[in-house]
Amino acid sequence: MRLQAPENTVTFTFDGRKLRGVPGEPVAAALMANDIKLVARSFKYHRPRGVMSAGSEEQNALVTVGSGPQAEPNVRATTLEVSEGLEVFSQNAWPSLRYDVMAVNDLVSPFLAAGFYYKTFMWPRSFWEKLYEPVIRRAAGLGALSGETNPDKYEKAFAFCDVLVIGAGPAGLMAALTAGRAGADVIIADEDTQMGGRLLREQEQIDGQAATTWVADVLAELDEMPNVRRMTRTTVTGAYDQGTYGAIERVAGTRDADMPLECFWRIVTKHAILCAGALERPIAFPNNDRPGIMMASAVRAYVNRWGVAPGQRVAVFGNNDDAHRTARDLVAAGIRVAAVIDSRADAKVSGDFPIYTGAEVIATKGRHALQSLTIRHNGGVRTILADCLAISGGWNPTVHLTCHMNGRPKWDEEIASFVPTAGSIPAMETAGACNGTFSTAGCLAEAASVAASIASDLGFEAEVKVPKADDTAYAVTPLWAVPGKGRMWIDFQNDVHVKDIKLAAQENFRSVEHMKRYTTQGMAPDQGKSSNVVALAVLADATGRGIPETGTTTFRPPYVPVSIAAMGAGSQGKGFAPERFTTSHRATVARDAPMIEAGLWYRPSYFPQKGETHWQQSCDREVGYVRGAIGVCDVSTLGKIDIQGPDAAALLDFVYTNTFSTLKLGRVRYGLMLREDGHVLDDGTTARFGEQHFVMTTTTAAAGLVMRHLEFVLQVLRPDFDAKVISVTEQWAQFAVAGPRARDLLNTVLDQELDDTAWPFMSCGPVDVAGVQGRLFRISFSGEHAYEIAVPSRYGESLFRMLTAQAEVMGGGPYGMEALNVLRIEKGFITHAEIHGRTTAFDIGMGRMVSLKKDCVGQSAAARPGLIGDHRQQLVGLRAKGALSAGAHLFEKDADAVRVNSQGYTTSVCYSPTLDTHLALGFLENGRARHGDVIKLRDHLRDITQEVEVCDPVFFDPTGGRARG
Amino acid sequence: MRITCPNCGTRDRREFYYQGDAIAVHRPDVDAGLDAWDDYLHNRDNPAGETQDLWFHEAGCGAWVVVTRSTVTHHVQDAVLAEKVKR
Amino acid sequence: MAKLIALTPCADLLPLTHGEITVTEVVPDRLISVAPNAGQNKAVSALLQTQVGGGLSAVNRRSGPVTWFGHGTWLVAADVTLDGLAATTDQSDAWAVVAISGAGVGNVLARLVPVDLRGGVFKKNHVAKTMLGHLSVTIVRASADTFEILVMRSMAQTLVHDLDVAMRSVAVR
Repeated sequence: MRLQAPENTVTFTFDGRKLRGVPGEPVAAALMANDIKLVARSFKYHRPRGVMSAGSEEQNALVTVGSGPQAEPNVRATTLEVSEGLEVFSQNAWPSLRYDVMAVNDLVSPFLAAGFYYKTFMWPRSFWEKLYEPVIRRAAGLGALSGETNPDKYEKAFAFCDVLVIGAGPAGLMAALTAGRAGADVIIADEDTQMGGRLLREQEQIDGQAATTWVADVLAELDEMPNVRRMTRTTVTGAYDQGTYGAIERVAGTRDADMPLECFWRIVTKHAILCAGALERPIAFPNNDRPGIMMASAVRAYVNRWGVAPGQRVAVFGNNDDAHRTARDLVAAGIRVAAVIDSRADAKVSGDFPIYTGAEVIATKGRHALQSLTIRHNGGVRTILADCLAISGGWNPTVHLTCHMNGRPKWDEEIASFVPTAGSIPAMETAGACNGTFSTAGCLAEAASVAASIASDLGFEAEVKVPKADDTAYAVTPLWAVPGKGRMWIDFQNDVHVKDIKLAAQENFRSVEHMKRYTTQGMAPDQGKSSNVVALAVLADATGRGIPETGTTTFRPPYVPVSIAAMGAGSQGKGFAPERFTTSHRATVARDAPMIEAGLWYRPSYFPQKGETHWQQSCDREVGYVRGAIGVCDVSTLGKIDIQGPDAAALLDFVYTNTFSTLKLGRVRYGLMLREDGHVLDDGTTARFGEQHFVMTTTTAAAGLVMRHLEFVLQVLRPDFDAKVISVTEQWAQFAVAGPRARDLLNTVLDQELDDTAWPFMSCGPVDVAGVQGRLFRISFSGEHAYEIAVPSRYGESLFRMLTAQAEVMGGGPYGMEALNVLRIEKGFITHAEIHGRTTAFDIGMGRMVSLKKDCVGQSAAARPGLIGDHRQQLVGLRAKGALSAGAHLFEKDADAVRVNSQGYTTSVCYSPTLDTHLALGFLENGRARHGDVIKLRDHLRDITQEVEVCDPVFFDPTGGRARG
Repeated sequence: MRITCPNCGTRDRREFYYQGDAIAVHRPDVDAGLDAWDDYLHNRDNPAGETQDLWFHEAGCGAWVVVTRSTVTHHVQDAVLAEKVKR
Repeated sequence: MAKLIALTPCADLLPLTHGEITVTEVVPDRLISVAPNAGQNKAVSALLQTQVGGGLSAVNRRSGPVTWFGHGTWLVAADVTLDGLAATTDQSDAWAVVAISGAGVGNVLARLVPVDLRGGVFKKNHVAKTMLGHLSVTIVRASADTFEILVMRSMAQTLVHDLDVAMRSVAVR
């Protein structure tokens, strides 16, 4: 029921029923205004439940928002804002919220106590996965995901400030105001739609005016300050190292393809002030979970802030003075107060309503909504008619964030609650209710002084100016659970009651961490925000220990659930990883070449031609181009590192196993690089352009790795070297031109004709390419007469089009990765399929390339016993009549193909159109001594068995005459 | 977690590549013997407290940095350019 | 003989506008990397002063045509001759350079860049070598409302994609 007619309303639906609500108010308030009390079914027993709180700590009123792929389960109706057309659904009930079949669980609840499934569903073992677990999971639970891809947009963002104020209640506003006035860069974040916290929900005065007026004035002043940033709807969810805080923003506004639903913030701050307030805790008494039983402060919030009445006859049950406010506010709003029940015999209560001190609620009635309650008073019992019961077991400071870096809160006997331990989070202070300071005046004073001291630490002059406010002391006498029989709920969200905790203690799960896991108390989406302290008080009682001795479980981030989608925002689709495109990409795609990923790069797999129906046909044709005429391939993706300086040659001698200081100007040499542990890191060619100037080529896969390695050598191992390295990969578009007609083709684009004397095999130098200065390398990865020609990237596409057009005229054309791979396997050239991180120079047959005349990275470790010898699996070639597979294992011809008999494995395979046979490279125990042997290849995954002949890995042109000719 | 780069100031940990113990700075002679190389390559303490390790500001300025930090509190006490470390 | 045709890294990708923010391609005439040899910073700085009108800038700063470009490296927007004093390479074709500008441009970059770019902290001619999404970038503040971003040429498309997504979500607010 609404206390006043609202100015404007919108329509939303709850389980398909059209309802009116005020835009921006919580759905919980709108449901109350429509007199809907039953909003959810509980997790395990499917008990009818209603709204319990007025904030993100809500345990009962979890709903699903939206439908189809956009459906979002487990949204708290207490924070979900009403908007036009909003669709809200109840969860965990079938066929309907009112008549839920699974409510039968509630009748058999004696069998469903904590740990029941560990005990009940033990045997037979195989039934667990197939039968018990699926059934239990279907019966118990909260909302469900749609299983479809969510089209909603999520976002990530970064923010920086001097002071982060967490929470915008009286303390938070005062802290932000003080630090902001001093000149510090302030971010103040609050999870509510409006700032003001408790002050928006209470009847209070600050500086002689309504607290809401003070709030409005403060917000206006903060908005005037360019150094203050207010973030509403933003919950700070975690405190991390070095002043980093996570925060989740529920972005305001209508759903739109570009409008994110949530934004996950990483806020980095020099100082933080936690002003997170406190959460009211329930009291455990029999059947304390009926719809209509709510936290006392929540009742005030709905009445004072949103103008809705949670009931028509409201009873109040508490153990502290604060609870009495509820009765006063209800009376002021014209709502009938059925009774005020205070468990303390000496409580001072006055008002125009029935008062029972030293009394306790011992029973409630009403299936779908509270109808009455029974109290024990003066030795007798009395039934009170009420449709709403406001309960207050006292307040728990919201210490959660102070525990995120291993901090442990301290027990404060005075307020019967935990308070933060100072210094738990570096550079974070606490102020106000979260620090155990409950009066408004206390909050304001504490926050102002903390903020001023931080501001002066930052070098600002700050003034502590605190307005006058309510300074009533808070008095509480703990009451955790009312003695008696019946189920008394503690963790409403996970359906844990007092008996479950006593059972845990009885079964010796006495540690609070064990009790938590045995009963699941504190493990629901709310993470025990409201139930933890009550639960451990009950455990303390059951185990005969004090609360401080029992301790708390650890609060971990996030403070409220954070969508995985928000944390991973931006990393879907094209945001998953950068795409690197060569300059020939457009021209390649225009030829319908399927692109494959090579690291982040996209490279053509093959260039299909009309009539070709299988990649193998294209690949064979392209291999033929290179072996018979001319092929062109973009090799710009290989890493190119420019190395200069007086010690450039010394650096190369140190990082390569072989010697580069002896390399002549204008020449290229193949080099092998080891890791310090003696295994091969990478290989490639390095060209000498000057006395102190080299250009190193790395594999595509290891370009970044080698760059990092070179910097490591220069900065960490040998800072005495005066040499500089810089990547020039992106500067040059580089194309392999390979085949018997390579020179003829190049001569069509070069300003000066090539000849063998000036350009022998393994030479390099500058050339003019159609008037543009480029570079030419006579190197070959195909074993043919070949070159790599490089021009500045801006000309890459143009040169590629020119070269491929000319090649086609000469009976060749472009070739892709498949052909490139066949060409190099035919020649036994290795790639990272072979140098995969566990092979040594010895293994790949390049042991002699490790020069012992000088020190180089990996030389010492490469000589370790164990890394050399017959037992090593050595690089071999394998030939077969049938198709082979990479990753297959190698066995003696007659041996069983089982793990213990494996003598090696294949790394690269292809069909060689040149030799008309199937080839593989692989590693075989003592393989170099076994050329000519016939052995067995077995691939259990693909079910391939082949007899293969072991041979030299260089299958084609072993003398290398073609590349030199 | 944030790490200090002597060139760029404190930066998000994601900008850095983690290498491992800063012992890497003290590379043995080529003929120091297998035990010395074994210690250098493989044998590490696992301290609860202060540790020194090498980070590469790979997505930043490209400096190799020796960071002194606590494995218990995660506090970063010091960060110096690896090339300036005394050998 | 046919002539080679030049294409810029962001050809066909830019300009791009959403709301008040616009991204345009910047095409530098020359970009030369300069890494002074050991002990040669002063000499290099002096030579640059005479050759291009500005010496080596401070770390994390741009000064005139000289931009700090990482540990011990600068990028100079003009041809230089520093033989024997510094390692130099032509980087003119290696980088896609874009300018992103407009009121609230910081809000766009805050969605992508994990570095404090607030005006009071990251001032005109400040340089950050950092990340933008998954990309390694160099960011320079050119004016109150304009940043220059350098990314490897091959990743120009991803840069524009990431900026586009962030610009849209800022514009729609």
